[in-house]
Amino acid sequence: MITKWAIILPFIVAFIIPMIRSKLKKTHIGWIALIVPIVLFIALLRFIPQVAAGKVYEHTWQWIPSLDLSFTTYLDGLSMLFALLITGMGALVILYSIFYLSQKEALHKFYCYLLIFMTAMLGVVFSDHFIMLYFFWELTSVSSFLLIAFWHHRKASRRGAQKSMLITVSGGVAMLIGFLMIAHMTGSYSIREAIQIMPTELTNTLFIPAMVLVLLGAFTKSAQFPFHIWLPDAMEAPTPVSAYLHSATMVKAGIYLVARLTPLFAINQSWFWTVTIVGLMTMFWGSFNAVKQTDLKALLAFSTISQLGIIMSLLGMGSLVYVFGYSPATVIYTQAGFAALFHLLNHATFKGALFMMVGIVDHEVGSRDIRRLGGLMSIMPFTFTIAMIGSLSMAGIPFFNGFLSKEMFFEAALRIQQADLYSSTAMLSIIPVIVWVGSVFTFIYCTILIVKTFFGSKDKLPRDRKIHEAPKGMLISPFILVTLVVIMFFVPNFFARYLFSPAMLSLYPNTGTMEQLTPHIAAWHGFNTPLLMTIAVVIIGVILFKLLPKWRGIYNTLPERFTLNVLYDRGQNEVENVGRFMTNLYMTGSIRHYIIYIYLFFIVVVGGYFIKSDSFAFDMTKNAPIEWYEISLMAVMIIAAILILRAKSRLTAVVLNGVLGFGVSIFFVLFRAPDLALTQLVVESVTTVLFLLCFTYLPEWKKEDTPKYTKLINMAIALSAGVLVVILSFAVLHYDEFKTISGFFENAYELAGGANIVNTILGDFRAFDTMLEVVVLLTAGIGVYTLIKLKPRKERKKNEDQ
Amino acid sequence: METMMILIIGVLVVVATYLLLSKNIIRIILGTALLSHAVHLLILTIGEVKKGDVPLLKETPGPYTDALPQALILTAIVISFGVTSFILVLAYRAYAQNKTDDMEEMRGDEHE
Repeated sequence: MITKWAIILPFIVAFIIPMIRSKLKKTHIGWIALIVPIVLFIALLRFIPQVAAGKVYEHTWQWIPSLDLSFTTYLDGLSMLFALLITGMGALVILYSIFYLSQKEALHKFYCYLLIFMTAMLGVVFSDHFIMLYFFWELTSVSSFLLIAFWHHRKASRRGAQKSMLITVSGGVAMLIGFLMIAHMTGSYSIREAIQIMPTELTNTLFIPAMVLVLLGAFTKSAQFPFHIWLPDAMEAPTPVSAYLHSATMVKAGIYLVARLTPLFAINQSWFWTVTIVGLMTMFWGSFNAVKQTDLKALLAFSTISQLGIIMSLLGMGSLVYVFGYSPATVIYTQAGFAALFHLLNHATFKGALFMMVGIVDHEVGSRDIRRLGGLMSIMPFTFTIAMIGSLSMAGIPFFNGFLSKEMFFEAALRIQQADLYSSTAMLSIIPVIVWVGSVFTFIYCTILIVKTFFGSKDKLPRDRKIHEAPKGMLISPFILVTLVVIMFFVPNFFARYLFSPAMLSLYPNTGTMEQLTPHIAAWHGFNTPLLMTIAVVIIGVILFKLLPKWRGIYNTLPERFTLNVLYDRGQNEVENVGRFMTNLYMTGSIRHYIIYIYLFFIVVVGGYFIKSDSFAFDMTKNAPIEWYEISLMAVMIIAAILILRAKSRLTAVVLNGVLGFGVSIFFVLFRAPDLALTQLVVESVTTVLFLLCFTYLPEWKKEDTPKYTKLINMAIALSAGVLVVILSFAVLHYDEFKTISGFFENAYELAGGANIVNTILGDFRAFDTMLEVVVLLTAGIGVYTLIKLKPRKERKKNEDQ
Repeated sequence: METMMILIIGVLVVVATYLLLSKNIIRIILGTALLSHAVHLLILTIGEVKKGDVPLLKETPGPYTDALPQALILTAIVISFGVTSFILVLAYRAYAQNKTDDMEEMRGDEHE
């Protein structure tokens, strides 16, 4: 039940907040929003002992049973870890945002979107149904879009929001197709059932396509190379959003998906290769590019990309246990998976703190460009401490949690090197090298972050404002986070026991017990290779940082027009241009063209099928007899119809239309339809009067100056439509494949108590149709009324759609 | 009888279509009105005509002519009346706004 409420509660509050905003003039609305994550966090904490004992909570709510759509949620180790992350970080970020965002901002929207995001994210980690997972997955994209564009008056915000939306939603759609393939292969929409069934489907031809499509979803969401380009642009969002969505939670949805589906796909070795290599490339590319950034948030964005790459590649390395099959000798590979979960939480703590730190600097100094910052250490000592702890942890320096997971990362990479994967030793041996080089760049950008912001001279700082330490409220959240950074270094095994071990069971079900899957984390394990690698990272990193001006030039070797961003922009422009061109091709604004489309469709499709199916039929023998006065009526109608075409004045045309209408009503009389005849008479009279009324305001017809060939085309279309209607009607006239249903209504007196069959059909048998007919009339009436009453606009407002 | 009716309907459809394709807004509206006439007659005709008495129980002994097409047409007449009156007012409004009754001139600036 807790899972249901966890998903629903933020959603409910999200809708209450905009409503009560106007009532609470003085209080910051964030305090109300803050209650939600705190309550959920505490509620979830109470489940930790049971979950740590390996218990799984499940709850099913039947939604559409006939379509096999049920809403099953469950809480196991992995979803627990993520849920605590989402609610915990959510609480800290909302607390921080209360001091970050002033009352003047559109706060009700901000917290509404933020809580919708929380619902979506909790939905992603709790759902057991593939389609529900997809639904919540896209909802995170939508709320992320809204939050990035929160300051929508800025062009960069709108662009960033659009870019992130386009990339993550395209990935999401690919993922949906992958999910459908999985469901097709396993016959189940439940993630856990699919995991149980999948090993038997290894040879299915859909296996690899499904894997690729699902990974596309995960990689776009988690900003993996080459889809990472949206994340730096998403930094246009307010800083609390960047800290929450774009570093701690949403970008980890892809990590969650990969972790959750590892048991499903990892039996195939290509999963290991894809996830590991993409992760490592992302890790390297992110850290390499972070070094050249001058905007602190952009630097952190690339650093996040790089760290996500680390977690991704660790999950890939851990999946080797499935390739080799479980045995006491291979269980060691799961330690990479453990490191992934460990680093996931570590990253959330130190990166969250760093984002909040940058937010503080931006808030107090008014700039986050490192070329305009410097010497803040003495002005903002607390902020400096936070930045120091966060950066050192990120760089993998001892006494902070980042060191532990970084060491495990090195260890895992080294172990992979020794793995016995036939004929790929060269590829495997390069892995530790990439890992090490990436770590060197990580160290460099961490140093840049600290040194350029807090050391050096204060000369570059803006002089127009007095800079001081941030208000206490803003420091609380980052302070809690850095405290965690330190605590997790000293008691990692406590966190391992209660958070990571249960999650390991979800990551590697059916492989080992919780104890076998949990390594003992030790800060000191002798002078082994990982420690030597860390020392080398520090030494080389310091040297390279000192020499940075000398080798900065390598960032200019790749021409601007070949960067991924430019390629993306070009692609988007091309698509927009082609789209506009295609649309302009047929949306001409001419009603004649649109009517021609309709008629051509009718003639080509209906006529074409008619000819293809050879259903022409003509039979005069069953015709009813015809009288002389009927023939003369027909002649009158045909003459009237043709005369309309030749009518010189509109009055003639309307009178001729009246002749036709009254002719029709006489036919109704002849065909024994008195109700129709009466209605037709009334309607025809009123219509004619309406036309005449309208003529008071409309000008007399001009002679149509239509070119001859246009007239010919019109004639051709009109003739073919007429001919088609005629031959279709002949074919339908005596069609007797189905029995007529009209006999049913002849029981009208018994069934509906009325003697007039037509009346009973309208008022009883098909009363709903009649009601909707009245609705149509009412709508038309309202339309007529408003069109007449509305004052004509004097002049069109200029640039109204810009 | 039916054959003749269908031919008349064919003529009505040709005229209605031709009117729909013209520029003048009143001609287009007349086209829609004509098309409704044609369709009403069509529904009645292909249900086979003159096969019985007026569908009023108790008034005539029967057999009765098919009542279902009549009910359908009754609805259709009323709806087409609603639509015709709406587009007539729309035409008046469009003329008041744009000072033209030529649909080609109402296409807007970028197509001129």
